Amino acid sequence: MGKEKKRKGSCEAEAEAVAERGGGEEKRKKSRTAPSEIKNKEKRSAVHAKLKREKKILKRKQAKARDAAYKKAIELGEEPPEKKVPRTIENTREPDETVCRPDDEELFAGNDADEFSAVLNCGVTPKILITTCRFHSSRGLAFIEELKSVIPNAHDYARGTYDLKKIVEYAKRKDFTAIINVHTNRREPDGLYIIKLPDGPTAHFKLSNLVLRKDIKNHGNPTSHKPELVLNNFTTRLGNRIGRLIQSLFPQEPDFRGRRVVTFHNQRDFIFFRHHRYIFDAKEKKEDSKGKATQAAKGKNLPEKKVIARLQRVEEMKYSMYCCMLATLTTSTPEKECGPRFTLKLISLQHGTFDTKGGEHEWVHKPEMDTSRRRFFL
Amino acid sequence: MQHDDVIWQVIRHNHCSYMAKITTGIFCRNPYNVTGICNRSSCPLANSRYATIRDHEGVFYLYMKTIERAHTPNKLWERVKLPRNYEKALEVIDKHLEYWPKLLVHKIKQRLTKMTQYRIRMRKLQLKVREKIMTVPRKEKKREARREEKAERAALIDNNIQKELVERLKKGVYPGEIVNIPEKLYNEVVEMEGLKPSPEEEEEEEEEDPEVEYVEGYDELEEEEDMEDFGGFPTDELLKDDEYGKESPCYVVDMDEESELNSGSDRKIAKKRRKGAGSDAETLDGSEYSAKLKRKGKVIIEVEGNNDMADRRRAEM
Repeated sequence: MGKEKKRKGSCEAEAEAVAERGGGEEKRKKSRTAPSEIKNKEKRSAVHAKLKREKKILKRKQAKARDAAYKKAIELGEEPPEKKVPRTIENTREPDETVCRPDDEELFAGNDADEFSAVLNCGVTPKILITTCRFHSSRGLAFIEELKSVIPNAHDYARGTYDLKKIVEYAKRKDFTAIINVHTNRREPDGLYIIKLPDGPTAHFKLSNLVLRKDIKNHGNPTSHKPELVLNNFTTRLGNRIGRLIQSLFPQEPDFRGRRVVTFHNQRDFIFFRHHRYIFDAKEKKEDSKGKATQAAKGKNLPEKKVIARLQRVEEMKYSMYCCMLATLTTSTPEKECGPRFTLKLISLQHGTFDTKGGEHEWVHKPEMDTSRRRFFL
Repeated sequence: MQHDDVIWQVIRHNHCSYMAKITTGIFCRNPYNVTGICNRSSCPLANSRYATIRDHEGVFYLYMKTIERAHTPNKLWERVKLPRNYEKALEVIDKHLEYWPKLLVHKIKQRLTKMTQYRIRMRKLQLKVREKIMTVPRKEKKREARREEKAERAALIDNNIQKELVERLKKGVYPGEIVNIPEKLYNEVVEMEGLKPSPEEEEEEEEEDPEVEYVEGYDELEEEEDMEDFGGFPTDELLKDDEYGKESPCYVVDMDEESELNSGSDRKIAKKRRKGAGSDAETLDGSEYSAKLKRKGKVIIEVEGNNDMADRRRAEM
């Protein structure tokens, strides 16, 4: 009995809503019977679907109105209503006092005096030693092979049963500048230690989402040119330090002819690694819909040529000058990603070479740092 | 009265709380047991004259019990410290258990041997570095995975890379002839734009938040070093390439910044130059190649990626 009553009640409510459309009435209707209160599944899903449809229509209407107002304002009086900026986690990030400012003298002094300045400034070529942990897996070995192709001047050695500290000493004697230790768990590489030699800091990263080159569709093959580095979003002091650590793994004079770019992109404390080959392409565009300031300033009527860097996919690997260019300006060429793709997250940064017992940690990740969704450290 | 047989019968047939039955045999968990097996001859409860060796913090003690003390359980076991040296310990055992049944003495010596061996191994292991396995609660693992996925989606990596590359192109990091742009386009644009060699100033390079600006400079750090190794000189066409009128040169900045790299104030200068403070188009020797090609309007990077999540998942599988 009760159920029938409720069904009738919802019917009435719906009828009411059908009769009166509009924002306020919907609220009233909702408050009377939220779809979740209807026990009958068919009726409930119908009501819910209707609600969603209405919401969609409303949203589209609003978007249209906004666009129309914008266009009108531009045509008329050059006073476009302000675009609302969506609130993102990056926008609402907790203010961090360790964010590097561009004019920080202390930062530059620190940079000059830290362990990386030898490689970054004085031109010591980096020499990397790559090993695994004691129990390796085939996937770990494949990953190391790919790492060797990404980082120039990298050598890999079998681990054996040596202590990591002994390996550090050995590498110091042989003039290596850094050690990369790939740690495997359950037959998957899941940790990365980067130890900067002579007394460099030790960074322990958690590795995830590893995609090897053979698993990437349409992958490219890296050449042996020295790659270009792109390091994005390393903002805080800690991030700066990590960024310099990564930078010191690569040679400082990239070979632009090779058009290889290696990217470490930091987003919300996750460092995404990508490896591409790129080309620059020019694309004809009829109109510039985004209306950048430059266009307004120039006021040209001709179709604009824009330079586009396409992450390149070309069958042949020719580094041509302008001659053998892309004849097709507007056709899309899929990107050419080569090399592995993985994500790193910093677990700890220890001052000095690897020494978990006696070493002094500069930064350690603790679970209580995860409590706020808007707080990031890198 | 101490009747060992009675005790044994009661224990064995009814219930002994030290007995542990496993698939491979019957064991005795009594700490005073010599062999560890539940036997008539090895049971410390069913033998009124018994001896063992026990280990306390790396030191071995010989424990003995005799029937004379069977009525005082508190003082039942007599303890003798054994010397660290294996042979000397054997002699001590012989001395104390001189008139005891040979079987028991033999078992005790066997136990002593085994214990010395494992003591040596334990000490060696302590010196070695072992991996310690730390577990991560499942909730945290899942949370991290979720956050990583969202961060990846928010990162728009490809777009950012392309933006960065094009900005570098504009700044003149790449020597001219390396950048591959169709020649006819060049010519067209050059005709369109006139022949002034001063480059554009990209407003989009103005970053409000210092963080991104820092990143810019950060990459510049690397670029400056690159510049030193430039050899190439571009052709005239590149030189003529200009569509931006009187914008102040920003690319030239990089040249000057080389010298100021060590002082570390490059960013300041970059900022100033970018804002158009100095409009003198100083052309240093190698600056021709920094007249990189400028395209009119926005330089955008386009990527058609086929890195959809589906593909990636497939790839990972």
